[in-house]
Amino acid sequence: MEQELVIQRNEVRLVNYIIRRMLYAIPILIGVNLITFTLFFVVNTPDDMARMHLGIKRVTPEAILKWKQERGYDKSLIYNSAENGADKFTNTIFFEKSTSMFVFEFGRADDGRDIAHEIKTRMLPSLAIALPVFILGLVSYITFALIMVFFRATYIDLWGVVLCVAIMSISLLFYVIGGQFLISKLWHLVPISGFSGGLDIGKFLVLPVIIGVFSGSGASARWYRTIFLEEMGKDYVRTARAKGLSESIVLFRHVLGNALIPILTGAVVLIPSLFMGSLILESFFGIPGLGSYTIDAISSQDFAIVRAMVFLGSFFYIIGLILTDISYTLVDPRIRLE
Amino acid sequence: MKVLFTYVLVFSIALLPACSSDSWNNPYPPSAENGNILYSAFAERPKHLDPVQSYSSNEILFTAQIYEPPLQFHYLKRPYKLVPLSASEMPVAQYFNSNGEKLPEDVDNKEISYTIYEISIKPGVRFQPHPAFAKNEREEFIYHNLSAEDLAEIYEIKDFPYTGTRELTAKDYVYEIKRLAHPRLHSPIFGLMSDYIVGLKEYSDTLKSAANLQTETASTGAYLDLNNYPLEGAQVIDSHTYRIKIKGKYPQFMYWLAMPFFAPIPWEADRFYTQQGLVEKNITLDWYPVGTGPYMLTDNNPNLIMVLEKNPNFHGETYPVGDYKNNLKSDLFKDAGEPLPFIDKIMFYRDKESIPRWNKFLQGYYDASGIGSDSFDQAVQITGQGEATVTKEMSAKGIRLEEAIATSTYYVGFNMLDPKVGGLTESSRKLRQAISIAVDYEEFISIFANGRGIPAQGPIAPGIFGHKYGKEGVNPIVYNWKNNRPSRKSIETARGLLAEAGYPNGIDIKTNAPLVLYFDVTARGPEDKSKLDWMSKQFQKLNIQLVIRSTDYNRFQDKIRQGNAQIFEWGWNADYPDPENFLFLLHGPQRKVGSDGENAANYDNPEYNVLFEQMKNMKDSFERQEIIDQMLRILRKDSPWIWGYHPKDYALYHEWYTNVKPNKMSHNNLKYHRIDSNMREEKRLHWNKPVLWPLAVFLIVLIVGLIPAIVIYRKKERGAGISNSEKRGKIG
Repeated sequence: MEQELVIQRNEVRLVNYIIRRMLYAIPILIGVNLITFTLFFVVNTPDDMARMHLGIKRVTPEAILKWKQERGYDKSLIYNSAENGADKFTNTIFFEKSTSMFVFEFGRADDGRDIAHEIKTRMLPSLAIALPVFILGLVSYITFALIMVFFRATYIDLWGVVLCVAIMSISLLFYVIGGQFLISKLWHLVPISGFSGGLDIGKFLVLPVIIGVFSGSGASARWYRTIFLEEMGKDYVRTARAKGLSESIVLFRHVLGNALIPILTGAVVLIPSLFMGSLILESFFGIPGLGSYTIDAISSQDFAIVRAMVFLGSFFYIIGLILTDISYTLVDPRIRLE
Repeated sequence: MKVLFTYVLVFSIALLPACSSDSWNNPYPPSAENGNILYSAFAERPKHLDPVQSYSSNEILFTAQIYEPPLQFHYLKRPYKLVPLSASEMPVAQYFNSNGEKLPEDVDNKEISYTIYEISIKPGVRFQPHPAFAKNEREEFIYHNLSAEDLAEIYEIKDFPYTGTRELTAKDYVYEIKRLAHPRLHSPIFGLMSDYIVGLKEYSDTLKSAANLQTETASTGAYLDLNNYPLEGAQVIDSHTYRIKIKGKYPQFMYWLAMPFFAPIPWEADRFYTQQGLVEKNITLDWYPVGTGPYMLTDNNPNLIMVLEKNPNFHGETYPVGDYKNNLKSDLFKDAGEPLPFIDKIMFYRDKESIPRWNKFLQGYYDASGIGSDSFDQAVQITGQGEATVTKEMSAKGIRLEEAIATSTYYVGFNMLDPKVGGLTESSRKLRQAISIAVDYEEFISIFANGRGIPAQGPIAPGIFGHKYGKEGVNPIVYNWKNNRPSRKSIETARGLLAEAGYPNGIDIKTNAPLVLYFDVTARGPEDKSKLDWMSKQFQKLNIQLVIRSTDYNRFQDKIRQGNAQIFEWGWNADYPDPENFLFLLHGPQRKVGSDGENAANYDNPEYNVLFEQMKNMKDSFERQEIIDQMLRILRKDSPWIWGYHPKDYALYHEWYTNVKPNKMSHNNLKYHRIDSNMREEKRLHWNKPVLWPLAVFLIVLIVGLIPAIVIYRKKERGAGISNSEKRGKIG
């Protein structure tokens, strides 16, 4: 009975914590939105956006005015001195474009297409790359790090670290171009780029996933190795060894379990952001995901898409942080969320 | 070991689908292999596919295959020649005075009050199958009043089970002309056309008030039936004839009739697409075109793929025949008289990066390719005679090169409002002339354009009436004619001119200060730095200091509009093959500053302006050429631009891709092209055999590398815990 009560109290604490964190998120999101808005309109004016959209040739001032009026860009940016009272702030581009985002209404892009629909259709291709890269990456980095720790002070550890430093010193772009050159162009094993929503999706994913996993392996494996080495020095490891447990059991059962907190800090925060995709991988492999959507929007000065994507990115990041906190309580019963 | 085994397993499973085809790297689904399909790539997604709004080359690539305006450019004839497309014959301009009396063709322009083009269209032309035309047995439109329930399962246009069609009528052309003034659309040519088409400007106001009234009453939804609002400048005469009324005389109007802006739009499509439920689902006319052309858009996912398929209702145009055989390669007219189109399906894949695009072309997965500067040396070699051919590697693959001089010009403009480089005084003129000589565009083309361009002698691009070749066409201010070719004047000549301008050896004699000029450019990446360094070097030849003022594109445009730039780079791509379309770029009343026109240099010479007005409405003739020559003499002397160069476009085609003649004016050319898919399949298989030994080598290296690890593992497992912790101390 008492135990049930404790569990119930913990649940209430957790819900309270989540609600509080969600409320904290609101000013953060407003701030992010304001910064995006300011940065965007420092380099672009609504007139520039109209010109970009209407083309360079034969654009009349009337056409620009009409374009701005239709999209609500004919108002003041942040402060409207012509209005009275609260309207000074509410009858502005910033207020009108920002409020709808908080209910996830992203509206239409400058070319008239529904942004929410685009995000929905592009999320899956992004996820198709990001999820396998994340899972395979996590598994292989941890495995590699554990192997290095297991074989510490041998040639495997030494060369493992050298390899890690070499891998992390080279740019992702090099792996992309090199991978496409070797695996697709010279050896003809997989398509150079492309995507398919059907069953043949596998052949398009192999190369970007391998490259995604490989390029991240250097930094991550080294980091995990450091975490494991630190754990190895703790008393419980000595106790486990003293019990006569084999080195592999000590490592994979005891050390890995206890090293989960720092691993979770880095990993869980990334999970919601996986939807946002990868800018370089998507561009080079022709994956129609959200990463390439954002890049396209920036180059075409489409503010509606840029602010939607930045908002979503920040939102997912905040969710990631909350999930990280929750995950701590799951792996370490000593931690309480107050 | 288990982990390694899992990886190998995952890798093999992922590769399984690829193994179904003999080429593992084939990026296409098995259903699309070896069909009569053209494979192409596009880098930028089209913004508009509504012909009234679309004006970019990446959009017209699609719209030109789907929509049929009344006229088109002849595919093979050069210079470019207009011929009927959906019109039954070429329309003839009829001139009238203010009393409505018909005037003879050779009448003085001043007497002409308006011009009438009466256009008859071919009978029996039908629209592509489309749900907007679908009717039930009671002859009612099935999809014109869709409810939310009806749309529950609709996500794309192909989700509608029923389609219909109908015959093309003159009404459809008039409907589209009216759409130019539609208040909810942004036609880039509305401003220009409202100056010419009688009543179009006022028509826009009429439609605006009608749309406002409609919003207030909200009785008929968003559809504005343009048939209810007559336009004086575009009228239906009978079911297959319509009439366009133009203010004064505007012979270039005929060229506009070859652009998708004047293609037919059926009212049913407008009615269908303006339903709110469809708009909310991104199903609009701007996204899903309805045309009469050889192809129809069947898949529109511009993030990944766009597919054009043969229109089953296409009216049956044939490959052109004529008496121009002697001037052309024989294989270009072996299909003369054959029904078009030859290709069943065109698949455009979105490939944003040039490296994957280029490699897929080399593997045979794209049928044609442009040439980027990084792959230029791999693809093209210049012979001793200066002729471009493909390299041995390309030639061995059967790849051929097609080149065409673009109807464009890239120039460096002087802002004529600038107190230092502008103005029509003798000294400013000489300063500009000196700079024009010093900036060596032959060198520029050779270094930065891989030789793909010809130095410009004036604004008019080659292939356009008014452009003269050889000695007659040379700009005598910048070039001498030596050894049968133009030869740039010496730098001494330029220095002499500079001294006469009041800047001997680059020093201003009035202030005794060095001459400093400003080059306004858009902020660019490191790859353009060498171009800017080169430009500074050209000015240094005259001891002029050139300061690069780099800014972002928006600020740059502002500077040009406000006349704050001093020297700037600009370019122009012709809308139609007429000298007026180049010479207007220097017409005073069309200056950027004050009139927001296209004259970015703000050049305004009254003598030139008078000649322009005279020339613009003339037919191509000896007299017109005389006036153009006179205008060019004025321009060359005033030198408001460094004339720059006209780029040459190079494109590579595989052996199986035939009937290709580059045409810089028209874009509806895919219907003439032909693919030998069997040859393509054979070559693809031959070029893309999977190479498996690296996989085997990788596995062997891995296994060999693991053996000592296993030995260490065993040793460790047998060893004592205490010794392990001792070792840890060494590396910790």
